[in-house]
Amino acid sequence: MNVLNNYNLPDVKGHFGKYGGKFVPETLITPLMELEEYYNKLKTDISFLEELEKLNTEYSGRPTPLTFASNLTKHYNGGKIYLKREDLCHTGAHKINNAIGQILVAKGMGKDRIIAETGAGQHGVAVATVCAKFSLRCSIFMGEEDIKRQMPNVLRMKMLGAEIIEVTSGTKTLKDAANEAIRDWVSNIENTHYIIGSVVGPHPYPMMVRDFQSIIGKETKEQINKLEGKNPDKIIACVGGGSNAIGIFYPFIEDDVELIGVEAAGKGLEFKENCATLTLGKDGIFHGMRSYLLQNEFGQVEEVYSISAGLDYPGVGPEHSYLKDEKIVSYFSVTDEEALKAAKMLSKAEGIIPALESAHAIAYLKYIMPKTKNDEIIIVNLSGRGDKDMETYKNLFV
Amino acid sequence: MSIIKNKIKAINDKGDKVLSVFLTSGFPNKINFTELALNIFNAGADILEIGIPFSDPIADGSVIQKSSQLALKKGINISLTFDYVQEIRKFSTKPIILMGYANPILAYGIERFAKDSFKSGVNGLIIPDIPVNEQKVFYKNHFNNLDIISLVAPTTPVNRIKMIDGESSGFVYCVSINGITGINSDKEINENYLETIKNTITKNKTLVGFGISSPNDAKKVLPFCDGIIVGSAIIKSLFKEKSPYQKTLNLVRELKNSLFNIN
Ligand SMILES: Cc1ncc(COP(=O)(O)O)c(C=O)c1O
Repeated sequence: MNVLNNYNLPDVKGHFGKYGGKFVPETLITPLMELEEYYNKLKTDISFLEELEKLNTEYSGRPTPLTFASNLTKHYNGGKIYLKREDLCHTGAHKINNAIGQILVAKGMGKDRIIAETGAGQHGVAVATVCAKFSLRCSIFMGEEDIKRQMPNVLRMKMLGAEIIEVTSGTKTLKDAANEAIRDWVSNIENTHYIIGSVVGPHPYPMMVRDFQSIIGKETKEQINKLEGKNPDKIIACVGGGSNAIGIFYPFIEDDVELIGVEAAGKGLEFKENCATLTLGKDGIFHGMRSYLLQNEFGQVEEVYSISAGLDYPGVGPEHSYLKDEKIVSYFSVTDEEALKAAKMLSKAEGIIPALESAHAIAYLKYIMPKTKNDEIIIVNLSGRGDKDMETYKNLFV
Repeated sequence: MSIIKNKIKAINDKGDKVLSVFLTSGFPNKINFTELALNIFNAGADILEIGIPFSDPIADGSVIQKSSQLALKKGINISLTFDYVQEIRKFSTKPIILMGYANPILAYGIERFAKDSFKSGVNGLIIPDIPVNEQKVFYKNHFNNLDIISLVAPTTPVNRIKMIDGESSGFVYCVSINGITGINSDKEINENYLETIKNTITKNKTLVGFGISSPNDAKKVLPFCDGIIVGSAIIKSLFKEKSPYQKTLNLVRELKNSLFNIN
């Protein structure tokens, strides 16, 4: 796993500057400390690392390619654009990288039941997949609204043998699914491991999920240096909770590379219907972490919106909050409409149908490409494929 | 010394155990909440815990989730809660504790929250998502006038229980089971855990809460602690009736009656 020279976060208490930490009920504190201790031992354990690598190669299909987007590059007539192809992972998104890592942790800790929250269903499918592979019981919490929006993934999870628990509390979407998963975990702590789907939640999750996702950046660095003999100039990734973004950024954090995170502006930043947490949120405490949070003046968590269910989350990983404040990463946002246009363009130009989430990263190219020179290299993390989004996309061509 | 601890001690010294009752702020009725709180005190509650509603209460079961959502819909917030405490204080000197999640308090401003708590007559604070490890950074030095009540749970190892006993003031809130608030009929309270609490927590008084809904439930834990906390059972009862909430007040009386003369 990646070790950087000077950047050494989180600290022992799980803080990234003032962000992060363990803001959970006492019942979870000791289990989280046990998880942290176990994980810290595992991450230098040769046989664990070998098993992880074997699964990543033989089961998930890693390394994923770095594809030169020749037509997109021609279209913008600026720097060279490459795509990191997480859409080609088993199950269709980067979420599997984390699911594989955590299932090994859970197995090692002797847990026999797995729970997870899911919004778009990509994380749910990844977890259901590894639970099938490792013969562990699996319950996936999913908001009533999202079950309606993401039927293909619901069916996949069922076929994989997972139990879907419909969440009807609160706003009936991803944040409430996570609330219910936490409540279940508190109640079944002895035998259950909670596989959180992004770099969010209490320590050690943001660190552990980052470590498992940073395989994306590690491969990217090797691939681009082999292809071009140098690091890229810019890397762009979409940010929901922030796991695909931190995954590709992390190995470049100490390098001279411009890192750009793209959030969902939904219907536009001037409206309530967005989920641009780092752009519009304030310091908050939510889902076990201190981080930027979309909230009202009374500290109640806002109902958020994005056309993309995977970005539809009012919080964000604490490390991103730190990276924003320290100006190590810049964060922007694009609207539903811009993302849809980008999805259509990428499909036609490169023959790659992106996930709606990833389309947000592609959409940002139009802002940045006109300012690039021909010898610059821009990498976009294509976090997932668009099969799950065809219901939404079909309006673009019928 | 702590007003809360003194009150518990005085009751225990008479041979009785303490009843702490949880209400969601402004629930079920914004208008007569003060009256309800005073009636709960008069029916036998020794301590009142007033819950500040939050959109995402991860430690709460469905009953308190619903009362919180209703309170939020009616516009209940921290300022209004301080108004209630101030009103209640005009008629009662019994301890009042605010219970709430961290984020609304962070948004209100930590220092301002501490000052207004003290000014309105609040005696203590329970924030379930600020465990002892995060307390110093969160509370800073603003809460010297208030008891910060910490929690222990069945997953807490003995050494940590000792540490929490050292940090907590007012009492130690002993969560009865691994779970969320509400009635957990499928879960038995572990006697070894209760025994551990009894033997390990020496600086503070101990109150046991989560899933205690009847005198019968109380009976099981009383030999090991100084009192009980009842929340969901009260809220559930309030959902089923209108003012003057006779059934709920009767439940409080029954609960308190089961706490007399126990040694
Ligand atoms: C394809 C894809 N990309 C991105 C995300 C957003 O998550 P994160 O920001 O953690 O990468 C999701 C979430 O479901 C996703 O499915």
